[in-house]
Amino acid sequence: MIPELGQLALVLALVAALVLGVMPLVGAYRNDAALMRQAGPAAMAQFLLIAFAFGCLVASFVANDFSVVNVATNSNSKLPVQYRVAASWGSHEGSILLWTLVMAVWTVAVALKSRHLPRVLAARVLGVMGLVNVGLLLFVLFTSNPFVRLLPGAPEGRDLNPLLQDPGMVFHPPILYVGYVGFSVAFAFALAALMGGRLDAAWARWSRPWTTAAWCFLTCGIALGSFWAYYELGWGGWWFWDPVENASFMPWLTGTALIHSLAVTEKRGTFKSWTVLLAIMTFSLSLLGTFLVRSGVITSVHAFATDPARGVFILIFLALVIGISLTIFAARAPRVGLGASFSLVSRESMLLGNNILLVVAMAAVLLGTLYPLVLDVLDAGKISVGPPYFDAVFYPLLAPALFLMGVAPLARWQQAPIPELAQRLKWAFAIALIGSIVTPLVLGDWSLLKVSGFLFAFWIVAASATAIVMRLKAAPQRTLWAKLGSNSASYYGMHVAHIGIAAFVFGVTMVKSYDVEKDVRVGIGDSVVAGAYKFDFKSVGDVRGPNYSGMSGRFEVTRDGKPVAQMQPEKRFYSTTKQTMTEAAIDHGLSRDLYVSLGNEIDSKTWEVRVQVKPFINWIWIGCLIMALGGVFAIADRRYHLRRKTAAATAHAPGAATAT
Amino acid sequence: MIALARRAGKLALLLAMILCTPLLPGGSALAQTGTYNPETPADPATEARLKALSLELRCLVCQNQTIADSNADLAVDLRRIVRSQILEGKSDREIKEYLVARYGDFVLYKPPVQGNTTLLWFGPFALLLGGAGVWWLLSRKRSLAHAEAALSPDDEQKAKSLLDKD
Amino acid sequence: MRALRFGIPLAVFVLLVFFLGRGLWRDPREIPSVLVDKPVPAFTLPVLGSPDKKFSPADYRGKVWLLNVWGSWCISCQVEHPTLLALAKSNVVPIVGFDWKDKPDAAIKWLAQQGGDPYVFSVTDLDGRVAIDYGVYGAPETFLIDKEGMIRYKHIGPLDDKAVAEKLLPWIRKLNP
Repeated sequence: MIPELGQLALVLALVAALVLGVMPLVGAYRNDAALMRQAGPAAMAQFLLIAFAFGCLVASFVANDFSVVNVATNSNSKLPVQYRVAASWGSHEGSILLWTLVMAVWTVAVALKSRHLPRVLAARVLGVMGLVNVGLLLFVLFTSNPFVRLLPGAPEGRDLNPLLQDPGMVFHPPILYVGYVGFSVAFAFALAALMGGRLDAAWARWSRPWTTAAWCFLTCGIALGSFWAYYELGWGGWWFWDPVENASFMPWLTGTALIHSLAVTEKRGTFKSWTVLLAIMTFSLSLLGTFLVRSGVITSVHAFATDPARGVFILIFLALVIGISLTIFAARAPRVGLGASFSLVSRESMLLGNNILLVVAMAAVLLGTLYPLVLDVLDAGKISVGPPYFDAVFYPLLAPALFLMGVAPLARWQQAPIPELAQRLKWAFAIALIGSIVTPLVLGDWSLLKVSGFLFAFWIVAASATAIVMRLKAAPQRTLWAKLGSNSASYYGMHVAHIGIAAFVFGVTMVKSYDVEKDVRVGIGDSVVAGAYKFDFKSVGDVRGPNYSGMSGRFEVTRDGKPVAQMQPEKRFYSTTKQTMTEAAIDHGLSRDLYVSLGNEIDSKTWEVRVQVKPFINWIWIGCLIMALGGVFAIADRRYHLRRKTAAATAHAPGAATAT
Repeated sequence: MIALARRAGKLALLLAMILCTPLLPGGSALAQTGTYNPETPADPATEARLKALSLELRCLVCQNQTIADSNADLAVDLRRIVRSQILEGKSDREIKEYLVARYGDFVLYKPPVQGNTTLLWFGPFALLLGGAGVWWLLSRKRSLAHAEAALSPDDEQKAKSLLDKD
Repeated sequence: MRALRFGIPLAVFVLLVFFLGRGLWRDPREIPSVLVDKPVPAFTLPVLGSPDKKFSPADYRGKVWLLNVWGSWCISCQVEHPTLLALAKSNVVPIVGFDWKDKPDAAIKWLAQQGGDPYVFSVTDLDGRVAIDYGVYGAPETFLIDKEGMIRYKHIGPLDDKAVAEKLLPWIRKLNP
């Protein structure tokens, strides 16, 4: 009964989405207030119905209803209840339903927050989001229905894979989806603006906090995924340039460009068509990512089972959503004015440079990801494009962007004379340069790559510090506290996010340059020395978990004779699924991780062991969290929460807090 | 946060394992051929070269791992062959050619620069150049507009005097 | 002219959809062999069950034959086994087994369990060294070799009756007029 109710709710949700997708748009076209008024209730109805359907799915899982195919294949009566809940989005069907739910949540949030928006604009935004969700709901109902019955019902479920029985399953997919789907708001705002032909600063201001919020979630989601790969998958690797990682990284790159471009559009009224294009591109890339994962056109560690019907459906959906929006763009954008002019060296031109670099970087990732597919389709060969390619291509593209990140916040709008900039930044540059040369010397190993990595990290920090100090000095207030208060939250948000990038770059440089890795055979009683650490292999014992058995090694780690950590890497064999897992032991630290994993058993006393010391690796993920924190600051900016006024009043206000 | 993410990692691992279907030997380490004989590491210099090379070689059974990161049977075999060829004094290039002759370009994670990869290798830099061009054109156009818009005091003086004459 | 510029993203996207659409019907996991139309790599390997006997592909010069990679540990090989048995029974083409990274005892036992031995004989590649020369990356894989000792066709994955009828047999007829 419950699955049928869920099914019914989904069908009704489709109706609500259709109402949401059609009526407000028609209303906006005819300027019919009654039709436009349907947007709010329809969004709410859609949300409630999908939430109810999702609840039905969760209930089926919790109640062990093995007459539902999805439950029977992904759950088991012995599964603890929290994992039964998480299992509801562990499968393809469930995860797509989660997509539509997240979409409905964003829609209803926009509906609730849109009271101060011009009615026509709000109607168009909600209408576009409704139309997107119509497509998603059709996809769920026709190709990925999670409520399909199994007749006769199975006596017992096939069980969620033991490896998925994990609290991480509860959080990771939703966070990533909230990020992906959140860009639909910026997308809808962009289309609404194109339809109305009103691309002004107010439009940018309204869509900014939404975009930043989505970006924060995506940043966290990607960082979580990377951390997870580090922990389990790659023997200590943290980014593999896997197609699905790329699929989440591409919208991040354009989303980052979009945040910056929106800032320029809001402050200066320029880059309007470019900003709109970025908004369309970012959400399109989110959809493309879904297509890549679900359709099986590309091999990836994450890919779900291939099903051509689903692939065809998503491709048609993709073609319609993106194709129509790009057509509207092509038709309407030429009419958009250019906005304020600026000089060749100005904050605008630098932000334009940053945008172009980010988009080119995205294009490079897209090219590398799809190139094997393109060659295959053309029968021009079968090749692999992997980490060595992306490393070689990506870093040179991003280096100039890192440099600009230090300069742009100090550059004036409109015109930034180079001598003045140089004067302002000379100390920051000197500090960064000296630091980047000295650091590798102190660490004992010097190379150009290391120097450049440190240079960018120190440069960003030093330049941000310079910018803040100058800002505070110039503030008319007397006390430091008052001076601090004179800047907007989004101004600090920008610098926090930039410093997050610096921490990230620092971590990457450290790990790439100074990680120590030893693949050795060790006998019990012997030890391995890696860097400053000595790993004594004490013993091996049996371990037994609820659904696995295995071996556990015990290592005692010392540094200069002082004990540092006890580490117990495991090798597990899951009997039901017949899978062997290497469960690495990690001793986390701010300045280094110690990482021990067991390889194969050579004989009862000797094992293959991989021992690694990874300096500052946690800074990579901490850096991402700091970036997201910067985003939170920016969203918290009071300006976005004041009663929204008409655009012109604030658009060109000089001295308004400058968050880029 | 860390403990949570650590556990989330298992999802990725699982998915990786699903892909290593039983069709392929050594997809999951224990359910393999049973004739596992461990690798014998050579001297550190050889091992370092082996490591560097294997980071560029694709483990064909795992589809998205290098042979350095995989413990699949085939990866172990390939590492062994690469190691013995290093010891025979073959160059990196010769070793890669040996593998390409058997498995095709697919085995290389860093595709060679050749006819069908021209666009792959030069595309991003062409885009960068194109981007620089776009930047220059746009910025220049706007800066000319800017120069026109902002009259210098001198110009202003002139304009004023012209107006005054009328 | 200026307006055309704004159509560029749409054009790029249309191209992308074209490739994605075509890509849907491709299997990214299938790696075509570079060895097709190349001479069969030489080897001398012991025969399963009678290790004193050796076999080299050169011994089969003048024949059209199949080399089928299998192993007792390979689950998909069980799937294709009936097809191989039927093919062997029809006497169209001799099938030489290539027992890959296997224990000979286990291999012999496995053949008995599968209800028959479709192979003229099998060679054993204990350490998998020769398999690398053949670019083998998974079992089962099947090579079709012509009278001049050239590899003419390679099938990746389990053979089924359809693949035999539509791919293998036409090739064999062509090579064995």
